[in-house]
Amino acid sequence: MTRSRALIVWLIVVYAFLYAPIGFLVAFSFNATRLVTAWSGFSFRWYGVLARDQQLIDATWLSLRIAATSATLALIVGTLAGYALARFGSFRSRPAFAAAVAAPLVLPEVITGLSLLLLFVALEQAVGWPAGRGATTVTLAHASVSVAYVAVVVRARLTDAGTTLEEAAMDLYAAPWAAFARVTLPLTAPALAAGWLLAFTLSLDDVVVASFTSGPGASTLPMVVFSMTRLGVTPEIYALATVIVAVVTVMLLGVARLQANGQR
Amino acid sequence: MVKISLAVSADGIPPYTALLRWTGWVPHLVPSWDSYALVLGDPFYARALLLSLKVAGISTLVCLLMGYPMALAIAQASVRWRNALLLAVMLPFWTGFLMRINAWIGLLQDDGWVNAGLAALGLGAHRLIYTDFAMYLGMVYTYLPFMVLPLYARLTQMDPVLLEAAADLGAPPWRVFLRVTLPLSLPGVWAGVLLVFIPAVGEYVIPELLGGPQAQLVGRVLWEEFFSNRDWPTASALAVVLLMVLLILPAGLWRLTRQATS
Repeated sequence: MTRSRALIVWLIVVYAFLYAPIGFLVAFSFNATRLVTAWSGFSFRWYGVLARDQQLIDATWLSLRIAATSATLALIVGTLAGYALARFGSFRSRPAFAAAVAAPLVLPEVITGLSLLLLFVALEQAVGWPAGRGATTVTLAHASVSVAYVAVVVRARLTDAGTTLEEAAMDLYAAPWAAFARVTLPLTAPALAAGWLLAFTLSLDDVVVASFTSGPGASTLPMVVFSMTRLGVTPEIYALATVIVAVVTVMLLGVARLQANGQR
Repeated sequence: MVKISLAVSADGIPPYTALLRWTGWVPHLVPSWDSYALVLGDPFYARALLLSLKVAGISTLVCLLMGYPMALAIAQASVRWRNALLLAVMLPFWTGFLMRINAWIGLLQDDGWVNAGLAALGLGAHRLIYTDFAMYLGMVYTYLPFMVLPLYARLTQMDPVLLEAAADLGAPPWRVFLRVTLPLSLPGVWAGVLLVFIPAVGEYVIPELLGGPQAQLVGRVLWEEFFSNRDWPTASALAVVLLMVLLILPAGLWRLTRQATS
């Protein structure tokens, strides 16, 4: 009993460590002066600055667009890859395929970013597409990284679900494509949603791969925040972070609500 | 990437020369090993690589020491609490990585709150931001969830009957832990270590924003070669060397532990 009490105390300490910076961030986004060290009164000043910062707003829209497109691309390719890994048994190149799908999960971002950029440049020389670098190349880069995450989530779900229901559908004379569309897809729907969301957040959060694969005129939100941070931290960034925390909280509460309704 | 690393830096866009040269219809491969000679010969790059391995190693160890009791506590919690606790581990993810690093930059300032806390405890003020301490803190803070999740997954798969059996046979709790829990959770430990260590070796943002100029990790050196020096071949050669190290090192460690246990 004493041991598990020590564990609970430890849990509280680590959660405090995880959440203290976020609390600090939210608090100081309301600071009246541009300091992030000394509290000098409550104010919405930095939210006003944020709302007028056209560079940040443009970058936010660009990032949201890139995140949505790349997550959708990754969902399609990743689902197929996950399906192949979970259902096709052991085909000849399976170990190599599995390793190739999983590699981006752990590969350092600088390696991923550099190699994707060089691939894009070589492609441009060879076939003339993608012409130049910008939002398109960042989208493709993010999609290619996220495929791994989607594939892992989908594969786990398919392996858990087993093949019994699909076989039953086919015994009842459903064509294989019908069995896939009417049985397999609905079964994996939660994994598909989770995979898409994961890909979306990864794209919104990435600075390294985007920096490598982006070109002039296409700065994503993390790239702008990164260059702002290098010049010095202001409550404006904290205000932006607070907005993100608020949006995420609302979204999570919404998802929890939906799940609770679905279970009833 | 391998291709570019064998080319020579040339002016213009893209800044490297062609690897294939055509003489009539016969292609000639013209690799240049200059970039590799530079990366492997200059101790600057070797130092960066060793420093990165050290930083990633220490960060991984701290993550493991912090994350293991945490995963154990979550796995021992009642089912109702588990999901909430697990969600709480992942939640900071959604607030944006750069935002959390930003928060630490504010907290660790010379006149920041961490120093105020230290002063209140009578420990005096310290230089924190742009030091190795800040860098390690950022690393552990960022990568801790990657350690907790695989550990937790493994620990919940464990059959509690085994623990009861060990206890029934008169083993004190610490012995049950050492002889049953720990060995059974080793695959989770390995997964967590790889998930933290490999990306941490190439980390760029954390040493750049929290570490000082002395923290020349390999990710940072690669970034500088690429963006500041526009030396694509050297950056690529460095990336290939890093990749090789990352492929060989875990395999070697795996071998060693296998030998040690058998």
